[in-house]
Amino acid sequence: MAHDEVSGHDATASDSSAVEASRGTSTGTAVIASDVANPGEPPHRERITDLDPKEAKKAQRSIYTLFYLSIAGSIFALAAYMAFPIEDGDISAIRLNTMFIGIGCALALFGIGLAAVHWGKALMYDKEGIDERHPVRGTDETRARAVEIFHEADQESGFGRRTLIRNSLIGAIIAFPLPGLVLFRGLAPQDQDPVELLSHTMWEKGARLTLDPSGIPVKASDVTIGSAFHIIPEGLNDRHDWLEQKAKAAVLLMRLNPDDLNITPGRESWSYDGIVAYSKICTHVGCPVALYEQQTHHLLCPCHQSTFDVVNECEVIFGPAKRPLPQLPITVDDEGYLVAQSDFHEPVGPSFWERQ
Amino acid sequence: MPRKSRKANRRHPLATVVLIAIGLAFTGGGYALFSSTTTATAETTVSQSTIDEGEKLFAANCATCHGMSLEGTPDGPSLIGVGAAAVNFQVGTGRMPMAMQGPQAMQKPTQFTDEQIAALAAYVASISPGPAIPDESLLQADGDAANGAELFRINCAMCHNVHGAGGALTEGKFAPELTGVLPTHIYEAMLTGPQNMPVFNDDNLSPEDKRDIITYLKYLEANPSPGGNELGSLGPVAEGLFVWIFGLGAVIGLMVWLTAKSN
Amino acid sequence: MTSTIDRTEHGSSAPADAKPAPKGGGFTGAAANYLDERTSISAVVKEFGRKIFPDHWSFMLGEVALYSFVVIVLSGTFLTFFFQASMVETHYDGAWIPLKGVEMSAAMESALHISFDVRGGLLVRQIHHWAALLFIAAIGLHMLRVFFTGAFRKPRELNWVIGFMLFVLAMAEGFTGYSLPDDLLSGNGLRIIDGLIKGIPFIGTWTSFLLFGGEFPGTAIVGRLYTLHILLLPAILVAFLALHLVFVVVHKHTQFAGPGRTEKNVIGYPILPVYAAKAGGFFFLVFGVIALMASFFTINPIWNYGPYDPSPVSAGTQPDWYIGFADGALRLIPPGWEFVWLDHTWSFNIIVPVLALLVLLGAVAAYPFFESWVTGDKREHHILDRPRNAPTRTAIGAAGVTFYAALWAAASSDLMATHFQLSIEGVIHVVQAWAVLGPFIAYFITKRVCIGLMKKDREIVLHGYESGRIVRLPGGEYIEVHEQMDEYDRWKLVDFEQYEPIMLRPNAQGKITGGMRFRARVSRWFFEDRIAPAQQRELGHGHDDTHGELEGGKGH
Repeated sequence: MAHDEVSGHDATASDSSAVEASRGTSTGTAVIASDVANPGEPPHRERITDLDPKEAKKAQRSIYTLFYLSIAGSIFALAAYMAFPIEDGDISAIRLNTMFIGIGCALALFGIGLAAVHWGKALMYDKEGIDERHPVRGTDETRARAVEIFHEADQESGFGRRTLIRNSLIGAIIAFPLPGLVLFRGLAPQDQDPVELLSHTMWEKGARLTLDPSGIPVKASDVTIGSAFHIIPEGLNDRHDWLEQKAKAAVLLMRLNPDDLNITPGRESWSYDGIVAYSKICTHVGCPVALYEQQTHHLLCPCHQSTFDVVNECEVIFGPAKRPLPQLPITVDDEGYLVAQSDFHEPVGPSFWERQ
Repeated sequence: MPRKSRKANRRHPLATVVLIAIGLAFTGGGYALFSSTTTATAETTVSQSTIDEGEKLFAANCATCHGMSLEGTPDGPSLIGVGAAAVNFQVGTGRMPMAMQGPQAMQKPTQFTDEQIAALAAYVASISPGPAIPDESLLQADGDAANGAELFRINCAMCHNVHGAGGALTEGKFAPELTGVLPTHIYEAMLTGPQNMPVFNDDNLSPEDKRDIITYLKYLEANPSPGGNELGSLGPVAEGLFVWIFGLGAVIGLMVWLTAKSN
Repeated sequence: MTSTIDRTEHGSSAPADAKPAPKGGGFTGAAANYLDERTSISAVVKEFGRKIFPDHWSFMLGEVALYSFVVIVLSGTFLTFFFQASMVETHYDGAWIPLKGVEMSAAMESALHISFDVRGGLLVRQIHHWAALLFIAAIGLHMLRVFFTGAFRKPRELNWVIGFMLFVLAMAEGFTGYSLPDDLLSGNGLRIIDGLIKGIPFIGTWTSFLLFGGEFPGTAIVGRLYTLHILLLPAILVAFLALHLVFVVVHKHTQFAGPGRTEKNVIGYPILPVYAAKAGGFFFLVFGVIALMASFFTINPIWNYGPYDPSPVSAGTQPDWYIGFADGALRLIPPGWEFVWLDHTWSFNIIVPVLALLVLLGAVAAYPFFESWVTGDKREHHILDRPRNAPTRTAIGAAGVTFYAALWAAASSDLMATHFQLSIEGVIHVVQAWAVLGPFIAYFITKRVCIGLMKKDREIVLHGYESGRIVRLPGGEYIEVHEQMDEYDRWKLVDFEQYEPIMLRPNAQGKITGGMRFRARVSRWFFEDRIAPAQQRELGHGHDDTHGELEGGKGH
């Protein structure tokens, strides 16, 4: 505590008067500062360009050379624009066009920048200047006058006195933006029920599983062990809302050794001879989960690394997701093609508030 | 490298039945029924001496883990039904023989000559038929790059990255970078699904689809980004690191020069 | 304004053109007269022409942000002439063969058109994107500079908040721009945003439908983001930017402690001519760096990603770096944080990271008010703190940076796994521990380092610095000669203040309230460990036993 004795300020928070606080002079809690005196500005040091006229000449020469170089850069960029056409669609031509116009521009920019800064540093008068600071707050007179003006305005308008007028004004101002806000309701369609839409996909009884993106139907015999097929519902490509539908209906089809699958009661008929179909849409925030490892039977989401175990009905074994990927019940139709038994039994994709 | 003449991969309804019958006859196991693809197997014209040489190589280098008759051991999977394509891929890329057990077999310089690899492949294929080494006509990178790119995005990019730069899998495994990989090996990888990669049989991606995917990957190699250095094609992380280290670094260097006192 | 630049002292060496040369006529004079008679511009020149701006490299960071923004506006304006913010389906028919004939939105098609079919278009696109990354990086570094030097203290608290708003707006600008090309990468980014919004209790589902105009992805989002990106957000941003700069002028720039510098002055160079040359030239340099990056390095190659389709995704799907901390926060949540309760789904795997980000950002915005509450200091501060001289603040900042860095690192967990041959689960677990423990460790280490550095400074002030010269004393003993600092250098090391913890005293009613106790506690935590600046009386006899002693701390 040896230093406290010599500290210049002893004021503590509770000592500081209201005046100090309002004038912005209160230090709040006690402050220890050094009492060593400010030595003032050090003597000015001359630059080599101040002392040696030759150096100044040299600096001048490099500055104007740089400005000229900048002009050369601009001309280079113009020339590159003309000299490297890209209209024939050659990728390497686009590369050259981009690079040489860029180099020209960069040269033009660096020329100006380096020259200006060098000029400022080496040739412009370099004695530092001093600005005085004044408190940010207005002077007492100014503040008094400001208060007075408000007071006069209040008197003349009766803003404080005529409370009925004032309050109705405030009410009107508050009410006015509301219609404007409500107009934005139009951003979402009026005739859609989000919960209903999020709860159903294109899959229905008998819908064939088809390849993404070609739409070719898939036979059970096509799906060999270790395969992963990216699947969309039959007819998706013909729909005008195919993106919205695909965002819910995308499915990954895999075939495992039937003995490896641990199937919970009630789901025995959802797979076909080791062929299982799961929603590709992550139950976390909706990225496509499609990194299938055929030996470990893990499904990994590349966005946030949620890992699902296909063997155990896609339960989560790592990452931020909670729910297993929904399973699409599938079977085989008369011609041997894989078809859906029904829609998913739960909403696919990320959780939402109304989901139960 | 002795070329194998083979039928085109046309699927005949009966071919599947025949193949299944052959598979069952050979192995009696259910596994092979599914892991051997529906692809018609090659009609080999490989000489018996090549197969014999392959057998010797196999016994010396592979049998410890995969068993003398390809049946597999606790250290290595069965090779029944994997076909010549799998052997050519695994040995040709140096993944086999494995140096040590790890999350996955690592690529390294190949330990065998092309002839030896061909002999090994011929031997394995002679024991149990499976996908054959693809025909040269599919490896010319002369297909439809746009179709290939779309199929690549849907079937491959989630693991290998849209530019084939590779990516992470679970538990230390990864999908390797695809730049510089031979068309044969790309084709074989799709066909056989090495390690944790899924199998993309010809019903999933037809031979022409596979050719198109190869075409796309080779197009990327032949046409570097028109925007300049690709920073590993790793996406925004590489770009962010670059702007912090080199962009801001350069700017800070200029700032220090700008505010330093001139001599 | 009272700027003074003393030119008489060194009159002999001052260049001749430095003397004010009164100009009477000529075209310039006539033009100036014309303008002034109609605009009173001379008053502006008089007021600001010689305004002094102090020199320190770190003071230029805000300018980097400003200049990057100018570059963004210039390049962005060019892009708007070509870009079509529409999700109408079309088929690509341009130079990039792997996309020929592929169905895509007009937005994606026009972005490709800019890249491949407009001369210099790709250059401008890359300039725009690189400048955006640099813009936000410069803002971040600028904020760190302001934080660690205490430049946010009175009277600049409100300007800190304005700057914070600029940071948030810049991120919003970045994200809306990133999403415009409607490519696979940004589409998956939007999908994540959609999932994030849906997970918010009560309003999530409807908010998602409002934003996307129905089900994700819909056909409205690109147009809406475009309006935000080029109209609404820039308008607000420019307004805040102007306000930010007005306050810089009103407050005058802070300066580091130095000889001659006080709380009542600013020492530096005048705007005309030195800063006009240096800061003006610096704009071209920043632009030049951006142009160089854009000429040689690809950014956001949308042609590789292809058009958005909800089914594919690329390995390494990440947002631009400034959104990385949000993406990382999502990745760090362990499995199972989601419950059904009262017939509703509570997605804590989304609520918790969103809250964590809001708390982090809120803490950044509120910090100046918190510190001024702790100190109770009502004075204006224009002399900056060296970070070491405010150990607790610096340690809090280091803890915050560490937490942010953990979230940031988490967003690249997959790339760390592949590039360092680690398992992705291992990386996530390490980063989880880092996010929770790292800030405490960083806090502790930083505070100790700061105090150590203060001790060292004090030692140097009192005993001089080691000169490296070894001298043999007559008695045969060797010593290293310590050389005293000159008074100018010494001043930089002694011109700082240390607060003492509040003394708990009864208030006017003679009571000690809980609030007072709490504040006293926080104050003690803040200021318990400190090293007082050297005093005059100590300078003479440097071998004072008390030097470097840690004050008031317990357990040291």
